[in-house]
Amino acid sequence: MMILKMKKEDLSTFLDSIREWGELWGPVKKGDKCTYEKVDSLSQMDLKATRTIIPPKKFLYPPKFTMFDFDQDGYVDRLGDVPKRILFGVHPCDIHGILIMDKLFLETYSDPYYKERREKTLLLGHSCIPDDKCMCFATNTDFIAEGFDLFFTDLKMAYLVWVGSTKGHDLVRMRPELFSRDLDKNDILNYTEYRKWKDAEYKNKVDFTGMPDVFELGYNSPVWDQLAEKCLSCGQCSMVCPTCNCYNVIDQVELGSLEGTRDRFWDSCMLREYSAVAGGGNFREKRADRLRLWYTHKLQAYIGEFGKPACVGCGRCVVTCPVDINVVTVANALKEQEVGK
Amino acid sequence: MKKLCVVLDEREVQDNPFRPEMFRIVRRYPLTSDVNFFQARPIDVEEGLKFNFFPGQFIMMSIPGEGEAPFCISSPPSRPGLLEFCIRKMGSLTETLFSMKENQTIGIRGPYGNGFPMDELENKDILIVAGGMGVAPLRSLLLDILDNRDKFGKLHYLHGAKTPSEMLFREEFMQLKERDDLQCLLSVDKDDTGKWTEKVGLVTSLFNDLGPIDAKNTVAAVCGPPIMYKFVMQHLVKLGIPKHQILMTLERRMKCGVGKCGHCAVEYLYTCIDGPVFSWWDVLHMKELIGRGASDKTIT
Repeated sequence: MMILKMKKEDLSTFLDSIREWGELWGPVKKGDKCTYEKVDSLSQMDLKATRTIIPPKKFLYPPKFTMFDFDQDGYVDRLGDVPKRILFGVHPCDIHGILIMDKLFLETYSDPYYKERREKTLLLGHSCIPDDKCMCFATNTDFIAEGFDLFFTDLKMAYLVWVGSTKGHDLVRMRPELFSRDLDKNDILNYTEYRKWKDAEYKNKVDFTGMPDVFELGYNSPVWDQLAEKCLSCGQCSMVCPTCNCYNVIDQVELGSLEGTRDRFWDSCMLREYSAVAGGGNFREKRADRLRLWYTHKLQAYIGEFGKPACVGCGRCVVTCPVDINVVTVANALKEQEVGK
Repeated sequence: MKKLCVVLDEREVQDNPFRPEMFRIVRRYPLTSDVNFFQARPIDVEEGLKFNFFPGQFIMMSIPGEGEAPFCISSPPSRPGLLEFCIRKMGSLTETLFSMKENQTIGIRGPYGNGFPMDELENKDILIVAGGMGVAPLRSLLLDILDNRDKFGKLHYLHGAKTPSEMLFREEFMQLKERDDLQCLLSVDKDDTGKWTEKVGLVTSLFNDLGPIDAKNTVAAVCGPPIMYKFVMQHLVKLGIPKHQILMTLERRMKCGVGKCGHCAVEYLYTCIDGPVFSWWDVLHMKELIGRGASDKTIT
């Protein structure tokens, strides 16, 4: 892969230049939290923030969008009205999350809605500062080698810039004078130092090794009922999880007309209606069954199929769940056969 | 400035797997008090002849404004051009569907799912066990085998219904009894007409009339209410049919049919693309395929 060097003070100029390609979005401070917002310049962004409330999946797969306009004659695709966006400051865990989404949405029956947004959204990654909720070291998602267009690693003195795609390279070519190919011994030493520093930052010592077997063994464990006692079935975990992809489809009709739209909404397997079928049957009536499905999907099923968890260790469930149910507490409860306080 | 925008491939964008094609309802008539038979044909007739599918596959049916739901195809691929469905009034979409008249249009996309592995079924003896609405997907398999009778070995068709008046395709299956190239065994739990000439008893009672079978060379296909599986499986396993040759087709909530919306997930499988046809071994192995009651803690 092509790795370039950039002076730190040139980043602002670079971002100003590439805004000609499309809207610039980045992490912006909102109270004590952080969200992706449309920005005019680097100065509005908070590159030190560890995580945004909602992962960048919302750009590729919005919480609500229209798939079709319909009338009695048929369905017409609502495609083509997606703006071109440059997403700056995306962290490795979130890019790993997008790679998992890519697998789901682009392989077998490629989803044209996701595909269009994915192609019109450039991902400019940025190195991160882990906090005590981060666990990407345990999911092997603390660094990223693909899926981005450019990736900026902040080495204090300069940026090292990984060029991950032809589109990323096109952005570089808009201001080639800001980049250098002359990497020297010091850059390598600084990079090694950076990785050592990052590895030492993790305070949350979670271990997901062996989880598929632990889940299999614990299928009937009372731990699930104990966790379900606490769970509010609010579905917030699904909203903030970078790998939750489930959706519902609803037809909305104009009052007194036969025309309308077919809309897609984020859904969550934590919600009671999720597995309900016609005639009143429900495959996951109990909250414990739904909770188990969610965590089985993250920590067992995906590992069985792809050899890695569908958890990217971003820590959003840890900061979001109002009753402290998250990948760490669930994994520990299953291993210890006891729900922690 | 240079235009760097990557122009999307128009052709690919137009290939939208979620877009329903419009079909016309050609015929509709009641099979029982709450089940209707539907025949539908694509408005574009040529498209209809290109609509290839396997028995056991399903489609997503759209009614503008009501939404979309999965339905299995009840007609066999050996009779192309028309799709047939056997649908029970269950919710708001089917309610609207039941109020529609012949010649009105609906949307259909598909076919989806794995369907029955027809290549693997060739030269095998086939044992079909249908209970209640379970006949809907199995009729496609049965008729396809009958239309290609030379390709398969012996054919046994076991069908159970609650009562004669609730039996689906009664006339059609009664006529099958006249044929000598299959064994057709019919039962009802209770005879409410006094005119029933076949067996009275649960569908499993038909196994007594089955006679000897070549179990290792037999593939069983089962569909029915969840409660039926447990008992039918015991019989099939006792007969000696290998567990991976006992196939069943399952139901789940679905919003996409193409492995995206997540609703039909079971462990790492999606019922819509990895199923809906699964083997009894899959069910024993996967825990949640047919509810917890049937497979949990049972070692058969």
